[in-house]
Amino acid sequence: MNFGLTEEQQILRNVARRFLDDLAPISRVRDVMESPQGFDPDMWTGMAELGWLGLIIDETYGGVGLDWVDLVVLLEETGRGLLPAPLISTSLAAAAISEFGTHEQKERYLPSLADGSAIGTLAQLEDGEVLGPDGVQLAGAPEGSGYRLTGAKRFVQDAGVATLFIVPFRVGEDIRFAIIKSDARGVTAQGHLTMDQTKRMGDLTLDGVLAEAEDVLATSGAAALDRLNDLGAIAVTAEMIGAMDRAIEITTEYAKNRIQFDAPIGKYQGVKHPLAEMYVDVETSRSLLYYAAWCVQESPDALPLAVARAKAYASEAFTRIGVNGVQLHGAIGFTAEYDIQLYLKRSKWALPAFGDAEYHYERVASLGGY
Amino acid sequence: MDFKLSTEEETFRDEVRGFIKENLSKEARKDPAFLTKWLKAVRDRRWVGFSWPAEYGGGGGGIMEQVILKEEMSKAGAPPLGMCMMGLQWVGPAIIEYGTEEQKAKFLPEILDSKYQWCTGYSEPGFGSDLASLQCKGVRDGDEYVVNGQKIWTSLAMWSKWIILLTRTEFDVEDRHEGITCLLVEMDSPGIEVRPIKNMAGSSHFAEVFFEDVRVPVANRLGDEGKGWAVTVSALAHERSGISEVAGLIADLKDLVELAKRTKRNGRPASEHPSIRGRLARADAIIEGMRLNGQRFLTRQLKGEPLSSETSINKLHRAFLAIELGDLALEIQGSAGQYVGKTNGSLGGGDYKVPSGALDWPNVVIGGGTPNIQRNIIAERILGLPKD
Repeated sequence: MNFGLTEEQQILRNVARRFLDDLAPISRVRDVMESPQGFDPDMWTGMAELGWLGLIIDETYGGVGLDWVDLVVLLEETGRGLLPAPLISTSLAAAAISEFGTHEQKERYLPSLADGSAIGTLAQLEDGEVLGPDGVQLAGAPEGSGYRLTGAKRFVQDAGVATLFIVPFRVGEDIRFAIIKSDARGVTAQGHLTMDQTKRMGDLTLDGVLAEAEDVLATSGAAALDRLNDLGAIAVTAEMIGAMDRAIEITTEYAKNRIQFDAPIGKYQGVKHPLAEMYVDVETSRSLLYYAAWCVQESPDALPLAVARAKAYASEAFTRIGVNGVQLHGAIGFTAEYDIQLYLKRSKWALPAFGDAEYHYERVASLGGY
Repeated sequence: MDFKLSTEEETFRDEVRGFIKENLSKEARKDPAFLTKWLKAVRDRRWVGFSWPAEYGGGGGGIMEQVILKEEMSKAGAPPLGMCMMGLQWVGPAIIEYGTEEQKAKFLPEILDSKYQWCTGYSEPGFGSDLASLQCKGVRDGDEYVVNGQKIWTSLAMWSKWIILLTRTEFDVEDRHEGITCLLVEMDSPGIEVRPIKNMAGSSHFAEVFFEDVRVPVANRLGDEGKGWAVTVSALAHERSGISEVAGLIADLKDLVELAKRTKRNGRPASEHPSIRGRLARADAIIEGMRLNGQRFLTRQLKGEPLSSETSINKLHRAFLAIELGDLALEIQGSAGQYVGKTNGSLGGGDYKVPSGALDWPNVVIGGGTPNIQRNIIAERILGLPKD
């Protein structure tokens, strides 16, 4: 039993923090998030060069060949810095192709995801926002050995910049996955402005798009989509934990320096006790998350319950931390100039992403046989 | 990162499971001498004081095996490994860390053999959370200390043979953590009076203890004179780690889920109400969080880092759960939950330890430091915020 990071993981963490401090300090993050696409190609290239985009892609296909615990280490750092980049989306697309694709599909798509020339994302939700297999109503009409797809996907993360969409669709009771390129005939992708400007999402409209057999992933079924959602929840929770850490740091620093009634406000229990609770929240989220990430490879049967606990608990935790971070700052926390408000916005984005607290607590209850 | 057990650890776990199967069978439990036989069996295996040094009768075992042992025992609903509760939990560990050879040789085997109870004389009427300001006076007189003062909230005092007592031997100190001396005192010493206090759940397990010119041999001092605070801090960290409590919490939650399934509220099982489901699930996630937090602390311990302030995290979760699980049990049962003792089965109540659950929580929540004290510890020692 060992619940600690390896030396390599610690190095990964240090390198990530250094890169982000240099190339994506919060001033740069603010520039990018205010740009129309919310995306910086140079930053993306830099991330590719560090191997981050292919972190979980096998070396055979141009990646680094690390696992989900390593990815969580990295995502904690990108979350900490509110990095505006489609890293989670691309990693999920890579996971879908790696786990469910044929050798040919992996050869065709994974190297381009690893080197940054392609940006991937999972386009799953539809009108009504039902997460999981039941929410997939987009029907594939058989045509030749492939399928013709007509319909719309909603709340697609990074829809505006993605070039490769993993699109679950329904064939009777079965759920299959098409790899759809953004420039294919009949595809329209539209990004929307979002409350958290560092996290863009939008619509994917398919108007008679043909998915050839070679672009339909080899593995199909509801379980495959459930697993992708579990991976998505892990990735989002990892960024949440990094962001919670930073929000606590910023607020603690403020509480040490802000003087009221002749003393730093952090001396008062009305301020220090909420900060202590925030610490309890983030550390417990972290314990739950790392166990879930470990289960991805080592204990797949235990994964759904582990993920549900982690995402549910962390969603409530981050909601509290986001609000408390701003509130403990007083009026200055409400200004656009102060960074703490960016973390509150991130908590709002993170709550519904891959299932909110209510959704995942209900999963805990059903998986536990209540 | 690896949550799997090593081959040796798995072998040990199987050994424990085999022992449980043999010694905790329905047959074995029916034996009127079951508890006596159980205590002897675990003692013979050296599973009492599992990690204590072998030379004093302990098991000399590793931390990881100890956790496995406690987990398996809790899962099986086994009786405790030894009846000397506080002795095993923190008096013994404090004696191992700070005691003289003579103290170790005398007290450790007696604790391991469940010869008698220990109680803990920390809180005073004027000084509970502000423990370091304690005033119970100890004055050196030759080979003895003369103790005068009062302790309160002393659990098990009326049934204990020994007390681990904090006294102030020096009053003129700059830092109030200095000048405190820890003494091991026999409860039948002349000058000690114990008065039990009835609690809101209707039972008495704590008491006031009065000391009037009680003479304690210097040989019974634990640690150096004036350095008793360090002894306390180490003992309380043991108390807060919480790792051994998780299996018990898992069993409690399982009971609650079953209660919710068989209890109808507004015409359908309570377990089908979304708000009840949500609260049960939240408790489940927190218990699992405690388990995993415990494993993170354990990893640090295995690397040789001592347990410190981070154990307050689980102590806070434990406090929340103590209240929440008791309240949930009451709310699931509605009015039937108000009944105390055995009731007619048709009422639907009386089949859960409800009154104790909903009223007993201060034991867990207040004992060993209130939640607000835990928050101070985290804010000041971990986040580095200024002291109050």
